[in-house]
Amino acid sequence: MTSDREPRPRPDAGPALAKVPTGIEGFDAITFGGLPAGRPSLVCGSAGCGKTLFATTFLVNGATRYGEPGVFMSFEERAEDLSANVASLGYDLDGLVAEGKLAIDHVRVERSEIEETGEYDLEGLFIRLGFAVDAIGAKRIVLDTIETLFSGFSDDATLRAELRRLFGWIKERGLTAVITGERGEGQLTRQGLEEYVSDCVVLLDNRVADQITTRRLRVVKYRGSAHGTNEYPFLIDAEGISVLPVTSADLDYDVTEGILPTGIAGLDAMLGPGGFHRGSSILVSGEPGTGKSMVCASMIDAACARGERCLAFVFEESGAQIARNARSIGLDLNRHVASGLLRFEAARPSLYGLEMHLARMHRDIDRFAPSLVVVDPLSALRGPSSELQATLLRMVDLLKGRGITALFTSLREDGGLDRDDTIGVSSLMDAWVKLFNVEANGERSRTLYVIKARGMSHSNQVREFVMSGDGIRLVDAYIGPAGVLTGTARVAQEAKEAADALRAEEAIQRRQREAARRRQSLERQIEELRAALETTQEDEAVLGREDDLRAAIRADERRELTARRRGRT
Amino acid sequence: MSPADPSGASAPAPLRLRLYVAGTAPRSSRTIESLRQLCGRSFGEAYELEVVDLYQQPGLAAEDGVVAAPTLVRLAPLPARRLAGDLGDEDRVLQGLGLDRRAEEPAP
Repeated sequence: MTSDREPRPRPDAGPALAKVPTGIEGFDAITFGGLPAGRPSLVCGSAGCGKTLFATTFLVNGATRYGEPGVFMSFEERAEDLSANVASLGYDLDGLVAEGKLAIDHVRVERSEIEETGEYDLEGLFIRLGFAVDAIGAKRIVLDTIETLFSGFSDDATLRAELRRLFGWIKERGLTAVITGERGEGQLTRQGLEEYVSDCVVLLDNRVADQITTRRLRVVKYRGSAHGTNEYPFLIDAEGISVLPVTSADLDYDVTEGILPTGIAGLDAMLGPGGFHRGSSILVSGEPGTGKSMVCASMIDAACARGERCLAFVFEESGAQIARNARSIGLDLNRHVASGLLRFEAARPSLYGLEMHLARMHRDIDRFAPSLVVVDPLSALRGPSSELQATLLRMVDLLKGRGITALFTSLREDGGLDRDDTIGVSSLMDAWVKLFNVEANGERSRTLYVIKARGMSHSNQVREFVMSGDGIRLVDAYIGPAGVLTGTARVAQEAKEAADALRAEEAIQRRQREAARRRQSLERQIEELRAALETTQEDEAVLGREDDLRAAIRADERRELTARRRGRT
Repeated sequence: MSPADPSGASAPAPLRLRLYVAGTAPRSSRTIESLRQLCGRSFGEAYELEVVDLYQQPGLAAEDGVVAAPTLVRLAPLPARRLAGDLGDEDRVLQGLGLDRRAEEPAP
């Protein structure tokens, strides 16, 4: 996973040297495969820099992961001490010894106990080593620290000749060996072992700057193989030893498609596609108490609720504290922690140097494989300005290279890390949400706006947000002649507007009622008129019939008169 | 308590030696020879010597903490002592075995 972030060996480098993986995270990546197979390698460094642990890890991984049993020949620590020392890392040396995968031989060399009485050689050591190797079929051996021999025997010339013979013997037997050596004045080891072991030399270093220790590893020499030449930070903790090749500053990562909703409906609505782009770096800046952590918690909750994995590096609070605080806005982060989707990595910023923080994050990210990483707050990381900028660049790069969405918070309103920092981190970020408190009318209100969001349209408006038991809710801020109104002022303004609206509504309703009444009265009048019309029509009909009757009567009378007149004549 | 030395009031513990050699190289036989002579001269019969070929019994090397070859180990009296080398320097051998005083005061 890490190897693709490193310079690749040239394809024309010839037949590849056979290598044996150490199983040490990152080391196999920077050496393109591990230590040279069947040859001795020298691991040197000053006291307490992790030589023995490196060697032990090499053997334990060989025995447990690669099916290669190993012999640990210790010139300093007794087998019991060795087992006890690495038990905290989860290495069960005694168990491996019982299974026949590991042999530990403590070679006690004490000048006061050895009297030299003439010529000798180290055949005894060879035989012991050979016996142990044959007994378990070892492929790997560790000699820790062979230089101790020089304190037990006085005949340097013999010792040197014997060491040369020993390394020759190791090669002859095809054993992959790690030989440790103490750092000496002006040379890599006190006795100049690098003169004999020249195939691969690894230097471990333990530097203290500003009271913070950083362990570093460098491959000084690797005959016949390309290797990363930088100093790489490495980490020893409960997880074992890991080397962290975080140096890449390429911009050749693939773009991750997709949108990551924030879990805050109002914020999603402010962003054109309804969320941030996946794999982007998001900065949430704001002074203390503006609600950064809760915005983070909302995003974490939303991501975990979708079944995505989240890793949160928190520098100012413990994970439990954040989970408790998030409960106040109705978010249950503990259930995500319980389901394994969410992990908090809490550490004081001063625990490690910058390099180490980055290294630790790198390792945790590779192991946990999250889709969202939260760093809260970024501004807690302290260090020289130039280093800070570089570290941050690599952090962003590290996350982008893996398509992980990163959410950083910064205590500074301008997003910067340091007071004298002029460049700031904002240019590295794809999106920047700024939170600020508006103080007016004796109260503070939380507001936010999206300063930038690369690759999407976004609202340019300031929104007020309210945190309650139902989560974070965004409210449109009132923008009036007197400026942006928030909090109570906004509420008052809104109430006034609501009252106005109510009044207008009532007026309309009143007019509607009047109109209806008028219509109804007109309709009544129409009805009355229609009734009068009908009466008149009936009268007309009656009058018409009377006329006809009268006419008929008159006709009858006339006929009678006529008849009478005829009768008289 | 050693029955081998009835004259001494405080009987010294028996001297038990084990010599580790690597194979049958000239150095090995030379060492065995010089040790036998030295012991014969200094302790007479009051010692036990066991010669171990490392190649034959490689497992013993780790037990006795042998690094160099040849190595002479004084198993008794305790504490164990180790002498590396071909035992060419007699004084140092005796000194190394912690027995040089015995050589100064030969048994009556």
